[in-house]
Amino acid sequence: MSWIGRSLPRLEDPSLLVGQGRYVADLARGAAAVKFVRSPIAAGRILGIEAPEGELVFTAADLAGVRPICPILHRPDYIAVEQPVLAKDRVMFCGQALAIVVAADQGLAEDLAEQVFADIEAEDAIIDFEGALAEGAAAVHAHAPGNVLVEGKLRSPGLDAVFADAAEIVALDLRSGRQSAMPLEGRGGLARYDDISGRVTLYASVQMPHMLRTGIADTLMMPESDLRVVAPDVGGGFGQKMSLFPEYVALVWLARHLKRDLAWIEDRRENFLASAHSRDQAFSVRGAFAKDGTLLGLDADLKSNVGAFSCYPVTCGVEPLMALAELPGPYKVAEYGVRSRGVTTNTGMMAPYRGVSRPMLTLTMERMMDVAARRLGLDPLEIRRRNLIDTFPHRSPTGLVYDEGSYKEAMERAAEAIDVAAFRERQAKARAQGRHLGIGFSVFSERTGYGTPAYAARGMGIVPGYEIVSCTMDPSGFVEARIGSSPHGQGLKTALAQLIADELGTVPEKVRIISGDTDATPYGWGTFASRSMVIAGGACKLAAGKVAVRLKIVAAVLMQAKAEDVVLEDGLARVVGTNLSLPIPEVARAAYHQSHRFPEAGPGLVENATYDPGGTFSNACHACIVEVDVETGGVTIERFVVAEDAGLLINPMIVDGQIHGGVAQGIANALFEELVYDETGNLLTVSLADYLPPTIAEMPTIEIEHLVTITDASITKAKGVGEGGAIGAPAAVLNAIVDALSPYGVELFQMPATPQRIRALIRDAERKAHG
Amino acid sequence: MKPASFVYVRPGSRSEIVAALAEHGADGKVLAGGQSLVAAMNFRLARPGVIIDINRAGDLDYLRPSGDVLAIGALTRHAAFHKPPVEGPLGALLAKVVRHIAHYPIRQRGTFTGSLAHADPASEWCLVAATLGAEMVIANNNGERTCPAAEFFRGTFTTAVGEQDLLAEVRLPMLGAGWRSGFHEFSRRAGDFALAMSLAALKLENGVITAARLGVGGVSDRAIRLSKLEQELVGKPPSKALFQDVAASAQAGIRPTADIHGSSEYRSDLIRAVVGRALTEAAA
Amino acid sequence: MAEKHAITLNANGKDYRISVEARRTLADALRDDCGLTGTHLGCEHGVCGACTVLVDGKPVRSCLMFAVQAEGQAVRTVEGLAKGEVLHPLQKAFWENHGLQCGFCTPGFLMLATGALEAEPDLSEAELRDILSSNLCRCTGYQNIIKSVCAAASEMRACPPSADR
Repeated sequence: MSWIGRSLPRLEDPSLLVGQGRYVADLARGAAAVKFVRSPIAAGRILGIEAPEGELVFTAADLAGVRPICPILHRPDYIAVEQPVLAKDRVMFCGQALAIVVAADQGLAEDLAEQVFADIEAEDAIIDFEGALAEGAAAVHAHAPGNVLVEGKLRSPGLDAVFADAAEIVALDLRSGRQSAMPLEGRGGLARYDDISGRVTLYASVQMPHMLRTGIADTLMMPESDLRVVAPDVGGGFGQKMSLFPEYVALVWLARHLKRDLAWIEDRRENFLASAHSRDQAFSVRGAFAKDGTLLGLDADLKSNVGAFSCYPVTCGVEPLMALAELPGPYKVAEYGVRSRGVTTNTGMMAPYRGVSRPMLTLTMERMMDVAARRLGLDPLEIRRRNLIDTFPHRSPTGLVYDEGSYKEAMERAAEAIDVAAFRERQAKARAQGRHLGIGFSVFSERTGYGTPAYAARGMGIVPGYEIVSCTMDPSGFVEARIGSSPHGQGLKTALAQLIADELGTVPEKVRIISGDTDATPYGWGTFASRSMVIAGGACKLAAGKVAVRLKIVAAVLMQAKAEDVVLEDGLARVVGTNLSLPIPEVARAAYHQSHRFPEAGPGLVENATYDPGGTFSNACHACIVEVDVETGGVTIERFVVAEDAGLLINPMIVDGQIHGGVAQGIANALFEELVYDETGNLLTVSLADYLPPTIAEMPTIEIEHLVTITDASITKAKGVGEGGAIGAPAAVLNAIVDALSPYGVELFQMPATPQRIRALIRDAERKAHG
Repeated sequence: MKPASFVYVRPGSRSEIVAALAEHGADGKVLAGGQSLVAAMNFRLARPGVIIDINRAGDLDYLRPSGDVLAIGALTRHAAFHKPPVEGPLGALLAKVVRHIAHYPIRQRGTFTGSLAHADPASEWCLVAATLGAEMVIANNNGERTCPAAEFFRGTFTTAVGEQDLLAEVRLPMLGAGWRSGFHEFSRRAGDFALAMSLAALKLENGVITAARLGVGGVSDRAIRLSKLEQELVGKPPSKALFQDVAASAQAGIRPTADIHGSSEYRSDLIRAVVGRALTEAAA
Repeated sequence: MAEKHAITLNANGKDYRISVEARRTLADALRDDCGLTGTHLGCEHGVCGACTVLVDGKPVRSCLMFAVQAEGQAVRTVEGLAKGEVLHPLQKAFWENHGLQCGFCTPGFLMLATGALEAEPDLSEAELRDILSSNLCRCTGYQNIIKSVCAAASEMRACPPSADR
């Protein structure tokens, strides 16, 4: 009986349902409260900081021996920048930490923080591309004149020729607003100092505990072994919790300095102001099309506003270099030219957020397909059919190798599920009544589960990618798998337990997955980039497989059979073709306590395994139907269909949950969420009344169709699925809005497509129509 | 995001409240539902020295129809309007509007009168009070006075309620037979503040509008009653053309405020939409 | 330091004698003074709903109420939902229908739905959706939350949890 493929209710849930989850703030009772005093000014010189006497207040001067955070890309076009733990001479963005206060509780810490005055001589802040890239613009970082911290370029030799010969050139300027991943639990840490060992344990709401430990130890120049990092229950991350932030360095420094327990629990305003941002991008793209709709070439100028600093370890290259590498997406593009820049400004630091650049890449390609189809008189699905990749392995113009997928099939499945013909009829009828319905499609590839080669190709100083798993069956027959990856709400532990249960012939309830504790798990990278099911899953399968080999040898000796005839299933080691069997716990006990009998197996049932794959591409098509209220610009999503191919589904319920959540964030990107700075660099959206994640009222029901393409790129046969929802949804929504507004002939290239922006397009069209 | 310290007092009745207000003067702040006040305190945007918690003043928790008005006491929660609090058009109108006020848990705590005293320009109840011409009862240690809605709202978060005053009661005119209402609000998400909203009440007799109330909220520093346009409606049969004209006039007559969610030009377009829809619903 | 108030907070039927500053919110008092950390803080300005608890049976934002205000009132939190080992129908439904991912918003949704369904057991799906729009979830897209709440609502109608809380 296989556990893979079953929608097993999650093993994580019981404690979370009864209020016994342990998030970092829940552990912090009794610890002193840490509050960061933050700059109200985006750019300026610090002339002095005044603090009340006799209180625990620390500034950069106190942290003199602490190194700045400075992630590296080994690329000639990368300029490294240093992020001090506390601002020293200059402030670089509104919200940057200037000082730390410590008090008995949070209220008192805030009282104290109010008494710290920073004298800052304000300078003109650089907020956006226009300001940063203007001729003679001031430099945000003095050693980076021009304000470009990373610039990737490539140009295939035949590019100019295809543009010269093109029947149609589609040139688009697209814009994506700045977003916050906005996990419902903000960042936070609890540092506990142990008097006897001098060690610090940092409980932190993070996605990458091992990386955090390395980063903090390097910055504080301390042995890693003096620090233990634990990620307890984590209230969502979506990428925002995978970077080394100054606050965590400060906490560990403080705990060692004050030799006491300290907690910093970020509040919502602080999360908007001082945690990572994403998706502030502007793309100018030209596509050369043949008369039959074939996309001959793509020429792109891509800009990402990376804010004031470079995120550790993935660097400010993460958005621009992802954009450069993956713009062609699911399409055959023979000739490709691209320039992709990471532009620094006096704004919050960019870091990964679910999808990383690909929501914008997909918007770009999918808007381009629709515009080209209209100009060439083709059906939007037909032009895609003519360009989607269909032979595998496919090699992209940037050298990415796509394993087998179902690009066309997924699109056809989505089109069938949403019933395009019936919709067009309904659309015509609605238009006659003055209602504006529209349909939109979005086809995309999702590169998932990529190991070290992909990161090495970016030139990262720190190359993540592999995962190590240590799998143990104990003498009672229970299994422990210690993983370096660190889930934060996905349900990974349940899915891994299903996988391991199948390898070892046991049940998921007898498999405990241990994660998120640097004292208890092998060095690993964490949960991000749709990788954990593929890579940690692959390592689990390998490690459990090795334990199974040992179990079979022991069982074979015990039953006087051949090891290759032993199978592990239903809690038994069974000899095939006979009625011989032994309960697995009995075999496990023998492996530990009678090991002298099994020299071939060796003592115990402990195995390590590493998995470091090249990567595998998931794919999907999103299709959606919207209604646009032309008087208000309001958009209602009527239907949303996802045809998804993520290979083998280990736990279909969890896969669907990932899609639901991703699509919700994609819809948020398309219609609602935007971080807005004023011209002085002051962030205006610091509350949930101004930054607008959707509620259930704004969410459609998501209808999911699964396709299953099995390839050898992943040993579990599972492909990643964490980011796809967020990647594909925005383009489907915007294409549907444009379709709805086709009587007005408007085009839309900006997200979020707020009612105000949509209404402005309609208003302009109405004015033009009335002369 | 923890509030600054304050002194907490909890009077048990209306008379004790006004005494406390007299004692604490400018330092004192009335805490009713607290759904706006405590949020502002958590951000430390509001930092009253003394909080006068009126939630135990049982004599202020009432909804009292009396003659041609509905009297609403200072402790009446929004949720009290989830079902029509009185029979007839006014009750129906209030039950329709309350669904747009924030969210269910907020409505369990927040109070009708507190909304008026807070005077957020995008408050639904402020629009109701302004449009229907409510009468406010303001009490202090020296007695009480009444104040018409037209004089009550002075601007964003500013009203006729003085430092030592309690907005003790609001009286809404009962709309008699023949009145019907329409309300339309446009907001970004469910429960968000209105970018624009309109309330219309029409009295229809023999197919002709014989009286009208029309207001717009969320587009200015306070809710606006469109008295002139009310007159344009009177004496005419309801029609699409009439409502479109009135909506266009409403748009033309107001220069809306702007914020990050809506420019003045955008809100101007919304005025036309919400006024037209509120009128259409009222006549439907 | 500001004056502290000695109050008795009744949570899940149990009296907690605590001493708090007036400015201490009900959420902070529940978490830090009573140790009931199942109530979470996601925004501290009343929008996200992670801190939703029942006060005298009504779902309210515990970040927008001061602990001193809850004196003498019956507070219920997620810790009081299950009866011993037996999960409340809503907890069970959230588990079976994958109504949670990271779990941070879950206590707030559970208490919101509990309060609403205890007051009005016959709420339709549309009415439930309207009520659930009060709280934010960042993981689930809400699809399995509404599914869970509808499933629990039918079970609660078929076999109402006893009212002895």
